[in-house]
Amino acid sequence: MKNEVHITIRSGADIVAARLQGRQLAAEAGFSGTDQTIIATAISELARNIIEYARGGEIQLTLVGDANRRGIRVEAHDDGPGIANIELAMQDGYSTGGGMGLGLPGTRRLMDEFVISSKVGEATTVIATKWIR
Amino acid sequence: MRVPILKQGEYLIASIQSALTDQDLMQLRDDLADRAGRFRSRGIIVDVTALDVMDSFACRTLRSLAYILRLRGAQTAIVGIQPEVAFAMVQLGLALGEVETALDLEEGLVRLRQGKLRSASSEK
Repeated sequence: MKNEVHITIRSGADIVAARLQGRQLAAEAGFSGTDQTIIATAISELARNIIEYARGGEIQLTLVGDANRRGIRVEAHDDGPGIANIELAMQDGYSTGGGMGLGLPGTRRLMDEFVISSKVGEATTVIATKWIR
Repeated sequence: MRVPILKQGEYLIASIQSALTDQDLMQLRDDLADRAGRFRSRGIIVDVTALDVMDSFACRTLRSLAYILRLRGAQTAIVGIQPEVAFAMVQLGLALGEVETALDLEEGLVRLRQGKLRSASSEK
């Protein structure tokens, strides 16, 4: 079983590829059907953000865990331009793009852990983890 | 992948067969808007049973599709949202607004016929 997958995100087809691979990895790890869909949805939102706000980037999927628990970590890295106000970007309904402003706050609700780091003019990274219940 | 659209009397039925890209979804919206006018359709059913996820983009596109078609005099029903997809949509915070939904294709056709009957009787 592969423990790590990298998907380059440049087009709409890459978004679909990323979420399908995420679902497959989650299924192999033993996630329930509902959690597989939740993980795939989170990946879809993060991958779309890469295309909508940056030129491109990468989604990295990793199976993580220790003796007590197992899970999947979704990392989204983009090529910039960074987020000016992360607090605002994490609010429901706030968007500087054409969307509904649910991508980031919604993804945080879908996943168990969520960390975002960004600076204007630099890359944005989101690391979100879901654990098997 | 282009979504096949079937014409059945005054209804159009679009059955999504697999995961769709953003471009595919926009194509579906445009195809349905075009055909609903050409065939003078009264109702449109979009069957999303095979859709792997309903993310914010898919939700927004289907909602705008329903609103566009309503402005053109047709009703839209989204049918076949799977339980796990519905669960993820709620957690994400997505809503379909006033768009009609139904459990499956059969139920969707019933809803459209009822909706039509309602508007017909209120005209009298």
